[in-house]
Parts: sequence; C-alpha cells; structure tokens
Amino acid sequence: MNHRGLLKPFNNLWPLVLFWIGTWQARADRIGEMVDISLKDQFIRFASLEDPALRFALAGGVILGILCGMMGTFLVVRKLSLVGDTISHAVLPGVAAGFLWNMEKDPLAILIGATLAGLMGMVLVSQLTRHTRLKEDTALGMILAGFFGVGICLMGMIQRLPTGNKSGMDKFLFGQAAALGWQEIQIMALVGLIALSMIYLFYKELLVSSFDVSFARSIRIPVDWIHHGFMLLLAFAIVISLEAVGVVLVSAMLIIPAATAFLLSDRMHWMLLWACMVGVMAGVGGIFFSFLGQKLPTGPFMVLSAAVLFALALFFAPRHGMLARWWLRRSRTLRIQRENALKAVFHIMEKEAFTKEGVTVIALARSKGQTLKTTEMTCRELERAGLATLSHEEKALYLTPDGMRRAQTIVRNHRLWERYLTDAVNYAPDHVHDDAEEIEHILGEDTVRMLERQLNFVDRDPHGKPIPTIQDIASSGQTQASKGQGMSGYRNPS
Amino acid sequence: MNTLILPWDWHRVVIEPWSLGTSVYGWILLMGFLINLTCGLIGNYLILRRMALIGDAISHSVLPGMAIAFLVAGAWQLPIATEGTPSPVPEGLPHSMAMVIGAGIAGIVTGLIIEWIHQKSRIKQDAAIGITFSTLFALGVVIISLYADKVHLDADCVLHGEIAFIPLEPFLTIGTHPIAPAPVVQMGVVAILTALGIGLFYKELLVSSFDPGLAHATGIRADWIHYGLMIWLSVVVVSAFESVGAILVIAMLILPGASASLLSQRLHIMLAWSSLHALLSSLIGLHLAIWWDTSIAGSMVVAGSSLFFLCWLISPSQGPLWRRLRRKSSTDTKAAATQPLSKTYS
Repeated sequence: MNHRGLLKPFNNLWPLVLFWIGTWQARADRIGEMVDISLKDQFIRFASLEDPALRFALAGGVILGILCGMMGTFLVVRKLSLVGDTISHAVLPGVAAGFLWNMEKDPLAILIGATLAGLMGMVLVSQLTRHTRLKEDTALGMILAGFFGVGICLMGMIQRLPTGNKSGMDKFLFGQAAALGWQEIQIMALVGLIALSMIYLFYKELLVSSFDVSFARSIRIPVDWIHHGFMLLLAFAIVISLEAVGVVLVSAMLIIPAATAFLLSDRMHWMLLWACMVGVMAGVGGIFFSFLGQKLPTGPFMVLSAAVLFALALFFAPRHGMLARWWLRRSRTLRIQRENALKAVFHIMEKEAFTKEGVTVIALARSKGQTLKTTEMTCRELERAGLATLSHEEKALYLTPDGMRRAQTIVRNHRLWERYLTDAVNYAPDHVHDDAEEIEHILGEDTVRMLERQLNFVDRDPHGKPIPTIQDIASSGQTQASKGQGMSGYRNPS
Repeated sequence: MNTLILPWDWHRVVIEPWSLGTSVYGWILLMGFLINLTCGLIGNYLILRRMALIGDAISHSVLPGMAIAFLVAGAWQLPIATEGTPSPVPEGLPHSMAMVIGAGIAGIVTGLIIEWIHQKSRIKQDAAIGITFSTLFALGVVIISLYADKVHLDADCVLHGEIAFIPLEPFLTIGTHPIAPAPVVQMGVVAILTALGIGLFYKELLVSSFDPGLAHATGIRADWIHYGLMIWLSVVVVSAFESVGAILVIAMLILPGASASLLSQRLHIMLAWSSLHALLSSLIGLHLAIWWDTSIAGSMVVAGSSLFFLCWLISPSQGPLWRRLRRKSSTDTKAAATQPLSKTYS
C-alpha cells in the first residue's frame, strides 16, 4: 500500500514516459536500421547467392581452398614452405607472356605461360644451388625477385600497347574473386580434379618420399619424378589461384592452412583433410568480408581469415597448441616437485630408521633448504594430491600408503640408476647423483625391472644405502594401512 | 610505338636523356644507385647469415608499419605546413620520420613473431616466416584500402614502386637554395649511415656472421647484432619502398651480394664487388627502361639479374667456364701422371 502511494505522483506521467520510451525506441530502431540495412542486406544477398558473380567467386574460393590446402600440406611437411612464395612471384613474366600470345586475357594461354615460368624458376633455383655455393634461401629470394622484375617490365610494355583488352591484368597482383568468370571456374575445377586424383593415385609414393627420401629410394619409388610431378601440379595450383588471391598472397594460402593442420593432427590424411577445411573456410571468409565491404581486394581478407584460424589453432590446438603445451609442462613440473618433496620426507624417515610415524615440517624445510612458508605450501600440495596428511597445527606430515609407495619408487629409481652408472657405465660414485636426480622422474616400471635384472638384484646403492625392492613397495601399503603399527614395510637397516 | 620492344636507337636511348642536363635522369640514376648500393651492402650480410628470406619477410611486413604510422601521424596532427606560412620543417618530413619509425617497429615485431612461433610450437622456421610476413602484408593492404583517403600509399605502387616520380618530389632546401629531392636526401643519409655502421662494426659483423660461437666467446652480443641488423634492414627497406616497392627491393638486397659472392671469398672484396654491381645495374637498368619505355625499377632488376648470370659464367671458383678449363687441364695432368704407372704395372 505504502509504495503504491509513493508512486502516485507519477501516475499522470505514465503516458508521457511511455511515449518518450516509445519514440526513443523507434528512433533507435531507425538508427539501427540505418546501420543494419546495408550490412544485413549484403549479408542476405551473400547468403541467398542470387548474385551470379558471387556464386562464381564462392565456387572459386572453395576450389582454391581445397587445392591450396592439399598442395600446401605436402610443402609444409617437406619443409619447402617458401618454394610456393618463389613460384607465385616467378609466374608473373609467364602471365605477361600468356597475355602477349594473342593479346587478350585468354585464361588457357595465361595458365600455360605462367606454369612454364614457374617451373623455369624452380629449375633455375635447383641449378643455382647445385652448381654454385649459394645457399637455397639466397637462390629462392633471387629468383623470386628477379623473375618478378622481368614480369613488371613486361607488364609495363603491355600497358603501352594500344591493342588488346588489358583490363583485369592488374587483378593478378592482389586478386579479385568477383572477376572470376565461368571459363576460369571450369579451368580451376579441372586442375583441382587432376590434382586431387593425382594425389589420390600416388598418395603412398608422395607420403614416403616426403618423409623419408632414402627409404623411398630403397623401395624403388622414383623420387625425382615424384618431385618434378609435384612441382608441376604446384605450379598449376598457384597459377589458377592467382586471379582470386593475387601474386603476393598465394603462398600464404598454401602455407597457413597447412600449418594450421600441422598443429591439429599428426596423421597425414587427417592433416590433408584439416588443411582443406581451413583453406575452404578462409576462402569463403575472405570472399564474404570483401563482399561486405565492396571493392575491397579478396586476397588480403582470405589471408587474414586463414591467419585468424591459425592463431586459434596455435593457442588452443588439443595437443600441439600453446595452452596444451603449457598445461603439460606445468603439470610435469608440479609432479616433479611433489616427487622431490616425497623423496625428502623419505630421506628424513630413513635417517631416523623409520622409528617415527611422520616428519616435522621444520625438519623437511631444513633438509630441502627452503623457507618454512614454501615448505608448508608444498605440504598442502601433497595433501591435496592424497599423498600425505598434515597434522592439525600443520606441524607434522604423515605419508599416506600411496605417498609411501611413490616415495619408495622414486628412491628406488634414483639408487638403481646410480648403481647402474657406477657398475655398468663405470662412472665415479661421486659423479652419479645429479644424473640420477634428473632421470628418477622419467624411468618407467619396465625399465627399472630391466635395470634390476641387469644389476643382479643388487640391494645397495654406490653410497651404501639400501635400495627398496618391489616387495617393499607392494607391502608398504598394507602395513601402513593398519593403524598403530610402526612403519615396517621397508627392510630396516639392522 | 606499336611493337613490344622498341627499335634500338642510340640517340634516343643514350644521348637524349642526358642532353638536357641531369635534372631528371640524374636524380633517378642517383636514387637507383643509392638504393642498390645500400641494399647491396646490407644484403652481403643477409646472404652470409642465411637471412635472405628474412629480408623477403621484412620487405613485406614494413607495409602495415608504414600504414599505421601514416594513420598515427595524421591523427596527431604532426606539424604539416599550412597554406601560406612557411613551415619550420620541410613538408613531408614528419611523415617520412613516422614511416621510418613505424617500419623499424614492424621489422622488429616480424623478427620476434617469427622466433616466437618457431620456438613455441612445432612449426618450422620457413613456415613461420611465410605465415608472419604474408599475414602482416595482408593487414597492410587492408588498412591501405580501408583508409585510402588517409594513407597516401598506392597499392600497386607497393608492388613495383615508382622511381620515375623522384624528380617531381619536393626538394629539400637550405635557406632558399634547393639541394635535392627529399627521398634522395633520405636515401643518401641512410646509405652513409649504412657504410659508417659497416665500417665501425666490421669486426663484430664479420665474426658473428661466420662463427656465432666465437662471437659469443669473445663477448660480442650476437643477438643484439641480429636484431640491430633487422631494424636497420627495415629502415633501408622503408626508405627504398616508395621508389622500388616491396618485391623488387628483395632483388636489390640479394643480387649484388650473390654476384659478389661468386667472384670473391673475402668479405671486403665482396663489398666492393657488390658496390660495382649496384652502380652498373642502376646505370644499365635506367637505359634499358628508356629503350623499352617501361618500369625503371623493374629494368634495374633485369639488369642486375643479367649481371648476376654474367658473374656466374665468369666466376673463377664456381663458373662453368673456368670449371671446364680446370677439368680439362686436370684430366690432362692426370693422364700424364698415370701414364708411367700404368706402364710400370703392365
């Protein structure tokens, strides 16, 4: 009742407020529409595919993504990433020559001319690295820029010619997917199919010669022919991508999707699939953004879309991403810390001949040479992992059966390894500790059993301390489990 | 003018450009020579350190640095000469300063990103280079096309440059006396600083390029030299950028050094050879461009490539000519040497 009374003065104002809110909303709607209309319309136009030029562009983008992704995967695993860069620049004089063939933008002539120029560039690179002392990177860079210079000169001469339809020649530099026509799409699809079937037919040969050349030679795979054939396909793929992406950024479309796939998978066929998917996504994304903005070049947007996908994979890839690697490293460091703490506890208990149940936190801090605070944190960490329990005032630490087993395993690994180094590898006894300190966290149960057998079930380490046996570790859990008994799972030094 | 290659005309190609003094082609030639010289000097070290493709990467990735520098300089309203009143600083100087700084930053960022991707993931170095520079270049092109009214860089110009506009650039003046077009002055300063830097740090550069281990042992900070070289490379590239573009500058970085390395194994002689290569390729390139009536920077690269192949042909250590001669003489001596032996044992 009371608050209704409070609101009374506003009763007369309600219509006004409503009106104001209504107009405000209306105004907002209109402003929102003003912004949205073009973007939303563009989006709808994009989604409905009613624009024939857009349909061609999208088809081109999809073919390009698949083709570049596939070829790029082989480039990246062969460590030839920058070869694509060189070929894509070196085709420029071929593009100009193909144009000169019959003075118009004939896709077939340009395709042939450009492929020949790209191949010539690669032949020159291999001749240069074989017959001179120039390194491969120098040769690649030189051919890249030298051929490009020739191409620029030829383009300049063509610009001067009065005849011929020169329009669209400059599209080769940055790419304009909207300029793709039916004829170009046909050629792209044809080359894409050829590349796809070649890779399918020669998958095994390509795979083997990419990863292990000498093995490939030994099973009589014609490695050189495979290499040349692949380069020919690559040149074709680059040339047909030129019109959509442009000379400069084709290499990005080869490398980035493949590198993304490299982060996502370890198997070649999965990598190929991922690379194609990333390539298609980048291609379609690039066309979408350049379509929204209108008159923007397609190539850079494709590359930026691909780069975003790459960055995502770089951070969040399940096994090779930075987050996963960071997490792995962190958990490994934590485990090593825990194991070292357990070992220190064990050493203290051993010094007291296992007469006491646990150790004091102060003793642990003293033996590790740490501050009390750090040691308390380590102890809490052990408690959280279920390896030890702390007393009420956090003064003493008791190992759980699990903790005792882990501690014994680590000590056993350490001492067996020391023994192995002195006995089998002839190290001096005072040189073995640091090495064992590293390896104790890595040795697996199988290796340790093997060491034990090889060392004839020795029971003392080089410094005279007993090595816990597998029976000790197995029994320590049981004996510890029953309360009131002393810690007798370990053969007490008599 | 209907044929692709215009007929050779001694008068038109060689005499005419110089008949009216040096006011047009003189500046172009000087600019071309300065660019070739500076790039060639620093390129020698790139080749020795196997950083040729880092040069490729940096020449592309300075583009976003320049574009952003343009935007920032425009936003800050750096002192740009207003109408009528004489400006204390020459027109265009703030922008070129901003561009040099932006390019330097872009260069170092490129180097750092490449190292970071390479070290923190399983991506190999060549792929890391390719990813980094192409992404940055794409970013630069997008910025340029989005802010075309604010960034005065032409996207086509980015690729092949326009050295022919050099004589039309505003002249730098002392008092009322015009000296030289501003880009030529800038390139000249960069060239002198490059030569000075090489002279001062000759030993450090030499040792760290050939033997990083020894450099480390003698207390030379190889990583400082590495990043210093990268920053300076970006400054050189950005000074040459508007004249020759992002890709032809790679040729100018690599060709002189590669040709010189075919002719000599000693670093100081290589530096001298690459300077000669720079002079010849800019001179021949200029006249080729006049003959063919086409891009001057492109023609300089064509001339430089031809000179490289000439050097390969006559190279005393690696060229096919000398090798053939040597093989012939060595087979002769071998035959002569084996003759008595084969007789002895027969």
